[in-house]
Amino acid sequence: MITTSTAPQRVSGGRVRARRGNRRTAGWVARRLPWWIAALVLAGGALIWVYPFVWMISASLKDQLEIFSSGLGLLPDTPKWDNYARAWTDAHFGTYMWNTIIVTVVTVALVVIRCAMAGYALGRYEFVGKKPLALVLVATFFVPTGYTIIPVVEISQQLGLLNSLTGMIVAMSGAGHVAMILLYWGYFRGIPKELEEAAVMDGAGFFTIFFRIMLPLAMPVTATVVLMTFLATWNNFFIPLVFSLSRPDLRTLSVGMRAFVGENSTDWAGMAAAATLSLVPLIILFIILQKQFIKGFSGAIKQ
Amino acid sequence: MTTTPMISERDVLVSATPSARDRKRRLGRQQLWIWVLLAPTVLLYGTYTMYPIIASYWYSFVEWNGFTAEKTWVGLQNYRDVFADDLFWNSFKITILFMVVVVPFKVILTLLLALLLNSPKLPFSTFFRTAYFLPVVTTTAIVGVVMQFVFDPASGPVNQMLMKLGVIDAGVSFLGDSTTALWTAAGVYVWKWFGITMILWLAALQTVPDEVYEAARIDGAGAWQLLRRITLPLLKPFLIIITLLSFESALKVFDLMLTMTGGGPFYATEVVEIYIYRTAFSATVPQLGLASAAAVLFGLFVCAVGLFQLIGIRSAQKARQAQ
Repeated sequence: MITTSTAPQRVSGGRVRARRGNRRTAGWVARRLPWWIAALVLAGGALIWVYPFVWMISASLKDQLEIFSSGLGLLPDTPKWDNYARAWTDAHFGTYMWNTIIVTVVTVALVVIRCAMAGYALGRYEFVGKKPLALVLVATFFVPTGYTIIPVVEISQQLGLLNSLTGMIVAMSGAGHVAMILLYWGYFRGIPKELEEAAVMDGAGFFTIFFRIMLPLAMPVTATVVLMTFLATWNNFFIPLVFSLSRPDLRTLSVGMRAFVGENSTDWAGMAAAATLSLVPLIILFIILQKQFIKGFSGAIKQ
Repeated sequence: MTTTPMISERDVLVSATPSARDRKRRLGRQQLWIWVLLAPTVLLYGTYTMYPIIASYWYSFVEWNGFTAEKTWVGLQNYRDVFADDLFWNSFKITILFMVVVVPFKVILTLLLALLLNSPKLPFSTFFRTAYFLPVVTTTAIVGVVMQFVFDPASGPVNQMLMKLGVIDAGVSFLGDSTTALWTAAGVYVWKWFGITMILWLAALQTVPDEVYEAARIDGAGAWQLLRRITLPLLKPFLIIITLLSFESALKVFDLMLTMTGGGPFYATEVVEIYIYRTAFSATVPQLGLASAAAVLFGLFVCAVGLFQLIGIRSAQKARQAQ
């Protein structure tokens, strides 16, 4: 589109070029205008997309009356930080935060280790039972939690793991994560076998090769897996909900939020402060690691 | 890919005549190590995914309240009860309705957005991408609670805004009215997961090679023609994949629905997963057998959608290879 107008310019003489230059600016505006209009429309949309979070942060700094009286104004008169104190201690969000961190860190570690190991075995070796195993994994790719939840609770009860953070962690690292195994599988399959041969020549054993050579090589995959598992676990709701039904002190942030509102439906400022405490760490992390997030999420389409 | 050729090559290299028995032993040990690597997955996945899938069938044939270990075999009675339960059919209907409404909206709107964002001529495209993706990373259950307040009929910002603009005279209870609750939830769902589908489309657009566009431009194709004759046809296989992925994820709205509406008002937003949760965990007398029967039927439905998906992806891959 642009190239066609610039091509004759170079060949033609001075006067022609001057005239063309004028027309070019007018044409440039005309051509760019639709894009600026599109940007304006998208900006309106983006406002809707971010607004709930801005409203939430704003409400977390107002007092109860101000939220109802100030209408749509977003800036508080004076920031009321004690909303956060109330959410942190009285509403137990300090405990919930701590539970969420423990559960997430341990689950992510378990998932990375188990998926890397399984992906390595599947990606680089032939063994008895490989086909059925792969088939089972792929077939259960999309199993919803609502389907498996009753037996999960029952078996956790029998193992003595219900109503404990350990049980929550084990259940969350055991369910799903097939995509993570597939990611490692694909990556390990692509590593040239010469590398392994050289290591064997040097006398490296099976596990040395895996832990010292293969796992460090798979760092980019591990980064994606850590990020995706972190998000899925931090945001998980169904499993923490049923594992903490009779133990309120084991609630994670996502479960605690619902309980808090169920008990104090009128404390808007406290609700907003609690929600901000739970969401802002995620939002900051996303803004810092944007590229990695987007890479992780778009992985599905390339497979 | 496999180590069998690797080892034979090494044997030739070393040529230290490792006997067949040695080799066999090494291979045998390797098999053992492989299963050691697979053990955590087999154990965890077996206990928390495979076993529940199978156990659900067994549970669906018993009567069981969860308080006692006692389970009585009742045959197909749970299925008869589920089929006779209007609320089950209601939840099934709502799940499908939700899926059918939400998916086309999301898929088409995100395609338009991705086409705009993919153009180098659009200003601030990185900022837009960030903004539209933001809700995806946030905790659904917490967003659901916040939305209860955002849509509050008296003091929520949405109603205040609409009243100020003069669209409505009195506050509308978007989530408290059974005629609007499901559509409001659908809107929030599209808002929440818009970014994922947008990113999938952007990844799909990236697979169209620049040379194709250049060649068409040299042939004198305009922007509209480029879009209609080149971009859209090349995106067709991705349309299948993205649509089916969206169907699959629209089945999993438990977090959002339970925290935003709790399945109400009057079961107007009770999707199947909430039906299962309600009968199994939040009822005064839990009916785990009945809930399991509902879960099995739901699982079969998801399985059918997944199978459909597999066929779709297969044909999409074929179409891509043919290009």
